[in-house]
Amino acid sequence: MIFELLGVPPQALFGQLLLGLINGAFYALLSLGLAVIFGLMNVINFTHGAQYMMGAFASWMLLQYAGIPYWGALVLAPIIIGATGVIIERLMISRLYHLDHLYGLLLTFGLALIIEGLFRQQYGSSGLPYANPIPGGTNLGFMFLPWYRGWVVVFSLVVCLATWFMIEKTKLGSYLRAATERPDLVQAFGINVPRMITLTYGFGVALAALAGVLAAPIYSVNPIMGANLIIVVFAVVVIGGMGSIMGAIITGFALGIIEGLTKVFYPEASNTVIFVIMAIVLMIRPQGLFGTPK
Amino acid sequence: MSGTKNKDMIVFWALMAIGLVAPLVVYPVFLMKVLCFALFALAFNLLVGYVGLLSFGHAMFFGFAAYISGYTVKVMGWNPELGILAGTACAAVMGLVTGLLAIRRQGIYFAMVTLALSQMVFFFCVQAKFTGGEDGIQAIPRRPLFGVIDTTSDVSFYYVVLAIFAIGFLIIYRTIHSPFGQVMKAIRENEARAISLGYAVDAFKLIAFVLSASLAGLAGALKSLVFQLASLTDVTWQMSGEVVLMTLVGGMGTVFGPILGAGIIIAMQDKLASFGEWVLVIQGVIFVITVLLFRRGIVGEFIAFLNRFNPPVAHDAPAGAEARPAE
Repeated sequence: MIFELLGVPPQALFGQLLLGLINGAFYALLSLGLAVIFGLMNVINFTHGAQYMMGAFASWMLLQYAGIPYWGALVLAPIIIGATGVIIERLMISRLYHLDHLYGLLLTFGLALIIEGLFRQQYGSSGLPYANPIPGGTNLGFMFLPWYRGWVVVFSLVVCLATWFMIEKTKLGSYLRAATERPDLVQAFGINVPRMITLTYGFGVALAALAGVLAAPIYSVNPIMGANLIIVVFAVVVIGGMGSIMGAIITGFALGIIEGLTKVFYPEASNTVIFVIMAIVLMIRPQGLFGTPK
Repeated sequence: MSGTKNKDMIVFWALMAIGLVAPLVVYPVFLMKVLCFALFALAFNLLVGYVGLLSFGHAMFFGFAAYISGYTVKVMGWNPELGILAGTACAAVMGLVTGLLAIRRQGIYFAMVTLALSQMVFFFCVQAKFTGGEDGIQAIPRRPLFGVIDTTSDVSFYYVVLAIFAIGFLIIYRTIHSPFGQVMKAIRENEARAISLGYAVDAFKLIAFVLSASLAGLAGALKSLVFQLASLTDVTWQMSGEVVLMTLVGGMGTVFGPILGAGIIIAMQDKLASFGEWVLVIQGVIFVITVLLFRRGIVGEFIAFLNRFNPPVAHDAPAGAEARPAE
């Protein structure tokens, strides 16, 4: 058997691969949101990690205080957190469009500090449990597949592809892409670009919150769950380049799998492998794998 | 031009004079902390304020140099001056390597790349043996500087730190006002034009990056000897964020802004230390308020206020961040 040659038990290998796929799904959902926001607004949303965390907390709170189960939270939490995103965009980020993009980064960084600080103050940093909505699983022969993990991979893939379809193949998406290129011309054709920008930001934030809801039963709900993740997602974005929606999806899943494999074969490097890949990509193809050179 | 320079020097010597008598009224360890972070912020400002490159990973130079100087002084038994030198040199080499990678991207990507690289250094420090993991390197001894100057008493060590700070400040000040500094500012204002004028823009950026990294390392090395501690806190992304905040509050691209910003933020942390996570929240609020309401920072707004009554000659305009056009 090939597994004996590699010296790794198949259960461990496939288990880590699955975990890698799940992380990849989160990378893909988050970098997708970042790419959509960046494309239209030229703002790197540093609050993205905090909004992912808020999504997880929203589903926990909905269950705790309103008795709304996971499936309700899957719909409600992204809408609620997306709405807070709309408010943030209208009140603050929209004031910075005429300035250097770096101010958008600094503002959203400050917002992330505020949100994470408030949640840590309220809930500590030890994490809250969230019950698995679909317990159990099936034995595939070479590995055990927990239902919930399978669901996360399939569902996030569907969401990613639906987003891709919406942006690349529908009329709404064509407005969006046109406004990315020439907002002034699109505005001149009678389309309300500022409102489109606001809703796009809300949509990107909702994607982050959705990832948070999906993550809640796997990782515990924790105020610092987004902070470290967002830096990895930044590296993913640098590797993929933000020019392409499909690029963000592919890069996200691929890097998750690579990270999972690293955990099996060289665990010491599993935290840093994505950053190393980023350094290599910067040397060979600085614009990113799917980016276009300026 | 020389008029501004003279004014700057007057302010600098006035600050030095205050620095000389300050330990009489303020706790010297607090002052040393402010000086270390002021130097760190000045080094950071050299890059963001004068070349227009926002690094979100400067903690890697600060924190790693702290580890190196702590390790060489405690474990290898080196004298403090050699330990500081080793930390600074190490930060310079790191600056060269990371700079070569980071300057391949501009603007927002530059910030993300530096942040990711510093996170890589953070994970390296978590796993490496010599850093002591969660404990860090503790009880770093304070040996006599050059074998003669006593550093065990806080007051005498304070004057050593003040002298090193002054040297660091003058290096940065000299750099900004040199022909090299003029090219840096030209890159900040219009990179394409600087390239078309025949300047090797990437080489200038890299040199500025290495210089900034080295001075950030110097600040970190000093800090580890002051607190006799090098720990993971100094390499976290939160630390990178703090130096951004200090510089932003004081005024990006101003000569003295980072010093004021460091003083304000350190004093605030000191006062609010018992409030736990609220420090994070308040720092976030300061970030948001500064970005929305006074982007030029305290010193920057002050200079703009003075210039309203006494408009400067065009080429002598303060390097207000708002002068930068949105791309």
